[in-house]
Amino acid sequence: MADMNRERHRTRETAFYLFTQQSLPACKPVLTPGWVITIFLFMGLIFIPVGLITLRASHSVVEIVDRYDTECVPEAFRIDKISYIQDDSIPKNCSRFMKVHKYMKAPIYIYYQLDNYYQNHRRYVKSRSDKQLLHGQKYHDTSSCQPVELNNGQPIVPCGLIAWSLFNDSFTFIRERAELKVNRKNIAWKSDRDHKFGKNVHPFNFQNGTLIGGGKLNPKVPLSDQEDLIVWMRTSALPSFRKLYGRIKEDLDADDVIVVNLMNNYNTYSFGGKKKLVLSTSSWLGGKNDFLGHACVIIGSSSLILAIVFTLLHLKYRRPYGDTSYLPWSRKSLSG
Amino acid sequence: MAAATSRRRKGKIRWSNLYSFACLRPLTSEERPAGRDVIGQPGFSRVVFCNEPHLHKRKPYKYPYNNISTTKYNVLTFLPRALFEQFRRVANFYFLLAAVFSLFSLAPFSRASLIAPLVFVVGISMLKEAVEDWHRFLQDLDVNNRTVKAHVSNGVFVDKSWKKLLVGDVVKVNKDEYFPSDLLLLSSSYEDGVCYVETMNLDGETNLKIKRCLEASLCLNEDEEFSQFKATVRCEDPNPNLYTFVGNLEFKKESYPLSPSQLLLRDSKLRNTDYIYGVVIFSGRDTKAVRNSTRSPSKRSRIERKMDYIIYLLFSMLVLVSLVSSIGSSLFLKHDMVDWWYLQLPDSSSSEEDDDHFFNPSKLVQSAVLQFIRALILYGYLIPISLYVSIEVVKVLQTMLINKDIELYDEVTCKSVQARTSNLNEELGQVEMILSDKTGTLTCNQMEFRKCSIAGISYGGDITEVDLAASMRMNADFEPFEFSMDETDRATRSFELYEFSVSGFSAQNGNARLLKSEEPVIKGFNFRDDRLMNKNWINGTNLSDITMFFRVMALCHTGIPIEDDSHKTDKLSYEAESPEEVSFLIASQEFGFQFFRRTQSLIFVKEFDPSSMKEVEREYKLLNLLEFSSSRKRMSVIVSNEDGQIFLLCKGADSIIFDRLADNGRTYEQATTLHLSSYAEDGLRTLAFAYREIEAAEYERWNTIFTQAKATIGPEREELLEQASEMIEKDLVLLGVVAVEDKLQKGVPECIDKLAQAGLKIWLLTGDKRETAINVGFACSLLRQDMMQFHLSLSREAESNSQVKAMEEEILQQIQSSYKLLCEEGNNEAPYGLIIDGKALEIALRQDVKDEFLQLAVNCASVICCRVSPKQKALITRLVKQYTGRTTLAIGDGANDVGMIQEADIGVGISGMEGMQAVMASDFSLPQFRFLERLLVVHGHWCYQRISKMVLYFVYKNVAFGLTLFYYELYTSFSGEVLYDDWYMTMFNVMLTSLPVIALGVLEQDVSSDICLQFPALYQQGPRNVHFSWSRIVGWILNGVVTSLVIFLANIYILSPTALQQNGFVADIDSLGAITYTCVIWTVNCQIALFTSHFTWIQHLSIWGSILLWYIFLLGYGALPPNLSGNTFQLLIEVIGPTPLYWMITVLVVVVSLLPYFVHIVIQRSFYPMDDHIIQEMEKRLKKDDMRDNQMWLREQRNSQMSTNVGFSARVEAKVVSFSQQMQQKKVSICRSVTNSPIYRSITRTPFS
Repeated sequence: MADMNRERHRTRETAFYLFTQQSLPACKPVLTPGWVITIFLFMGLIFIPVGLITLRASHSVVEIVDRYDTECVPEAFRIDKISYIQDDSIPKNCSRFMKVHKYMKAPIYIYYQLDNYYQNHRRYVKSRSDKQLLHGQKYHDTSSCQPVELNNGQPIVPCGLIAWSLFNDSFTFIRERAELKVNRKNIAWKSDRDHKFGKNVHPFNFQNGTLIGGGKLNPKVPLSDQEDLIVWMRTSALPSFRKLYGRIKEDLDADDVIVVNLMNNYNTYSFGGKKKLVLSTSSWLGGKNDFLGHACVIIGSSSLILAIVFTLLHLKYRRPYGDTSYLPWSRKSLSG
Repeated sequence: MAAATSRRRKGKIRWSNLYSFACLRPLTSEERPAGRDVIGQPGFSRVVFCNEPHLHKRKPYKYPYNNISTTKYNVLTFLPRALFEQFRRVANFYFLLAAVFSLFSLAPFSRASLIAPLVFVVGISMLKEAVEDWHRFLQDLDVNNRTVKAHVSNGVFVDKSWKKLLVGDVVKVNKDEYFPSDLLLLSSSYEDGVCYVETMNLDGETNLKIKRCLEASLCLNEDEEFSQFKATVRCEDPNPNLYTFVGNLEFKKESYPLSPSQLLLRDSKLRNTDYIYGVVIFSGRDTKAVRNSTRSPSKRSRIERKMDYIIYLLFSMLVLVSLVSSIGSSLFLKHDMVDWWYLQLPDSSSSEEDDDHFFNPSKLVQSAVLQFIRALILYGYLIPISLYVSIEVVKVLQTMLINKDIELYDEVTCKSVQARTSNLNEELGQVEMILSDKTGTLTCNQMEFRKCSIAGISYGGDITEVDLAASMRMNADFEPFEFSMDETDRATRSFELYEFSVSGFSAQNGNARLLKSEEPVIKGFNFRDDRLMNKNWINGTNLSDITMFFRVMALCHTGIPIEDDSHKTDKLSYEAESPEEVSFLIASQEFGFQFFRRTQSLIFVKEFDPSSMKEVEREYKLLNLLEFSSSRKRMSVIVSNEDGQIFLLCKGADSIIFDRLADNGRTYEQATTLHLSSYAEDGLRTLAFAYREIEAAEYERWNTIFTQAKATIGPEREELLEQASEMIEKDLVLLGVVAVEDKLQKGVPECIDKLAQAGLKIWLLTGDKRETAINVGFACSLLRQDMMQFHLSLSREAESNSQVKAMEEEILQQIQSSYKLLCEEGNNEAPYGLIIDGKALEIALRQDVKDEFLQLAVNCASVICCRVSPKQKALITRLVKQYTGRTTLAIGDGANDVGMIQEADIGVGISGMEGMQAVMASDFSLPQFRFLERLLVVHGHWCYQRISKMVLYFVYKNVAFGLTLFYYELYTSFSGEVLYDDWYMTMFNVMLTSLPVIALGVLEQDVSSDICLQFPALYQQGPRNVHFSWSRIVGWILNGVVTSLVIFLANIYILSPTALQQNGFVADIDSLGAITYTCVIWTVNCQIALFTSHFTWIQHLSIWGSILLWYIFLLGYGALPPNLSGNTFQLLIEVIGPTPLYWMITVLVVVVSLLPYFVHIVIQRSFYPMDDHIIQEMEKRLKKDDMRDNQMWLREQRNSQMSTNVGFSARVEAKVVSFSQQMQQKKVSICRSVTNSPIYRSITRTPFS
């Protein structure tokens, strides 16, 4: 044991000595043409197949997008959509037909998509109180919820602009007169439901003010079960975003026509935002997005091209490895 | 005060009776300095009550204590001053403002995330300052606690620490001790009150100076005398002038004038005198030495200064994007946001309680301004906050590595290189000019007897090291080439070459010289020649001349023997005014002429008598001594031996002696002249010896004249003495010359050689005499015989203004003619040396001449300035620095070099010697000059490369990260929302990217230290600044821009708006942020991996560990309860971890963002390689073979050396050329003889002329 300790001590000492003398064993990679060509080839051979696989996954996703914000405003109101949407007396129901062009395997995800909606605006993002969401009225310091903090001197639960502007269009789907089952549970992250939204926190004094923003909440249901709110509270990163609405548990066949009965409640007309309804399947890679696949293929092929170009250049202007004539002093003597 | 002036005594000063030192005495000060009657006037108001120091504790005579302080801060001033220093840096000040703003909710981040890094950064920097200042404090403490014997009362002297000394204290300083302050000399161990002082630390002059007390105070030569001693000194106020002192001593009711020769200066040393008594006149910071020193300026390296500009550039980028943000925000606010009902923006009519000033459409300008400020803070990541602190950390580590380098450890003094400030490590890699002191720096201040030529025969070896090296080089050089000398095998040829090149030296001597690594056994005597040693000279031919030669050596001097009890041998050691004389005395003792006793008029010598083969004691009567002076350049003694024969023995500069030879005394002149020139080329100091026998009658006649001259009082005295000397010092008989070596420190020529090859220019600045300077110039190969020398000097002293003008013109003319010559022959690469002395330099550095002077000087291969004052050294340094704009390094060892050391970009002090002033003022201290090579060529090169790479990478990584923040603003209507969590951002500079860059800064090496030394030309990367040019900086900024674009766009387009995973969930702001941030971390860390060329496990650990740390951090942060982690709660585990897209996007982004840089380095390496690239490849290729034996390696090594005109190799080079020419001739002649004669052997053996 003592021997081993001493041995270890000695090796440690030598290592420290080597460090102070700056002569630790080191790997000093030198980029040789061989390495360069190999690296480029390797990159090409990796990225092209990966890109193709990705593209395939993306293509396997079927996506139906239907923009309904304009269509769902009756012809008469199209000139002044804002007054239409703000007038509570006008019924907001609307029907849309969506044609399935390709077989869609369940689960089919229903998204609503908003464009030109700045959910990432700083004033908007900050206007919430995570503590209140979890602890309810027990938590008093909700100054971060400005300007939707109090109403008639009573706290609002959930407070803040985000909750206040909750999206409140609703959709029902009918295929061949039978209503499609839409599962609206488990559309939010589990951690959110379990840890961020209180199980005993019920909406209070919500949407009671003079200004009514978006959707209302059932005061009987605790926040942890208000999944629409939870999804909405996960603010999007970009001004054009989708949010999950629910899942259709049945497969849809090609040429199925789906009737969507929707309540067009949400005001995007003030700021010219678009509203879309998206039905989409998913692959292991998520939704339909060709960008990654294209990028991989482009990178892979440019690597291959670079490998070839470099090989050609190398063959033409070959510089022998470690050729001393390239040293500045040699060049000097050559030119002088 | 006025009364004191009138009471001063005007009487003639009667000096004590002459004895042996009488002739050495400088002219007495009958002519008093003009300022005598200014005592008591402003500027001359100091009053010192000697032996009554308690009077100086109270006003009005309160003077400072004798402690000195070189620290920058004290306890009270540390905090404000150090903080001020910190926030003088633009970046730090900006972050201070950001932190202040964060207190008023202006900032987009939490307070802690803004303040914490700032406190960390500033704290570390201040800690470093504090530690450095603490070290300075300890050194001061060391000096202040030295003790000296001071008088307390009743003649009792006790040890007192220096710092406790007060003005008026009487102190007793013993031999070889430093004076604790400026002292008035009262008396010494010598009866006539003289003492010898070494002022090397003050002015660099090595010869001892004589100081002399007033006759009135001579009686005070015992401790007891001081019990009743009282006197008053009235003198000038403290000033920095080393060579003036005006004052009166009032003692026993009489007033005596004081002159500089009674003033002993602090930092000088008592030599050859057992003790002195003195009274403290100036103490502590009033002393002339301290007054002469300037506060050490804080130096910043070139890279750091350039870094400021980079920071400015980044700042302008910051302001630009902030402006874009602020304008964009207000445009959105005006046109769009008002319609965004979900924001509930305050409008003019609505409630006032909504205090969101950032988005108030009715106060558009206010909102824009606030947004601008917020943006400035938000994009603060463009400014690398941790750059400074990382650089400080790296520099401290680099400093540690430099200090620990075993190759820079001197076993003799047990000291190693100390980097005293860590600010200048990288500056070491950019030095272009070295200004070096001579004594103590290049030389050891020790003379060695090396060679002599007696009676026309040279002893001590002929062959010079240059010849030897040249012949070896030729042997090595020619071997690989086909050499068409038929039938000659290699060995013979080598032998022949060798024999040829070193022709004319006998094997016996040659061997002696070849064993040069042997240290001389006797200090000051490095002479080996069996013809003279061991009394073998008795077999010589001209025995009488040889004997006479040794007698001159033993008699013509002013030294005194020292009896050393510790030595058992009968060898004596000596002390004399100059080290040369000591070496002569030692040599004559070795040859059998031991000078062992001196009385006032007798010199006793033990001589070896060749006739009786016995040692006999002889006494010589010293009749006269004609002293040495720089104008006379000779010294003579007139002695009579026991037989009554009178001899004049003379030694002096060769030219002076040769002019005074008798016609029959020129027997050996020709041979001696030859030897002289060869000695001179070797850098040896030569002195010629001659003698003359004088008839008694002639002597008597002359002696009356001489005595008369000596008794004369007044200005004509010197002239008369000079005339008298001229009368007798003539018709001399030349005996020979001696050559002494001003011994260079170990490794100095090699070091200078390597530095010259690395392209550095070396200037020699010395306070010493011109001859000595030139000798040393030769010895260390700064000068060589075939070098064209320009001498700038003044023919006379300036006395009036008009003469100054004339001199200025004279100098200007000399400069212009020299420069013309240099330009005319500029093409043929003939090396030029410029030698200028202090007086000429004073003129040459005047405003209207200096440009011409510097132009000339910079174009000369080597420049030697002699007799320069400390102030001039500093002035030259400053002017050279300003004129050329190059990085200068000043190296010196004494207090006289302090100015220069402080003025230069890098000051280096030699710590081997005793004085600490130079070291205290320096940035680096070396125990030996030779370590400079490794310090510059290895550590300087590395540090330069490391710091530049580090700064470039820092810029890159912050641009790459900071810009992604800006791009995101474009998507948030410039509202100031941040994509990343506050803590990600805080972690970015502090944890996640800091370690790899520190590892890069500490451990990166392009090539190993051996190769750095073998290819000194690699050093040129620093002075040419290839690693930190603006094109590189801009390139890296662009690289950062590309990276940020790739990272941001890829993430935006891939992750939005479709589902992230198979479960259909989409990415929200937090997951997008985390994914983008992962890409940033991966990219910047992989970039540094691409950038690094030297991977030890530390680099691997730091790079890959940083990436791993990010995941660990994310995991840990996500595991915190949601009220702490917010939206990051379980982000990695639940959201992004299981997403295949997340991992794929990381790989893709890393590859794409690094591709441009990768293609760049591939193209550069393949088609436009840099020198270090090639050497790396060569190193790899030759790994299997032993590099040192590889021909190509050696050849390249030689080729890589800068073509230089100075240095040992350059001399060898020149020699090789001349040898080769002779070779060619020889070959031709051999060919001819081959055709003429059939016997080949006999031809090749024919001696070649």
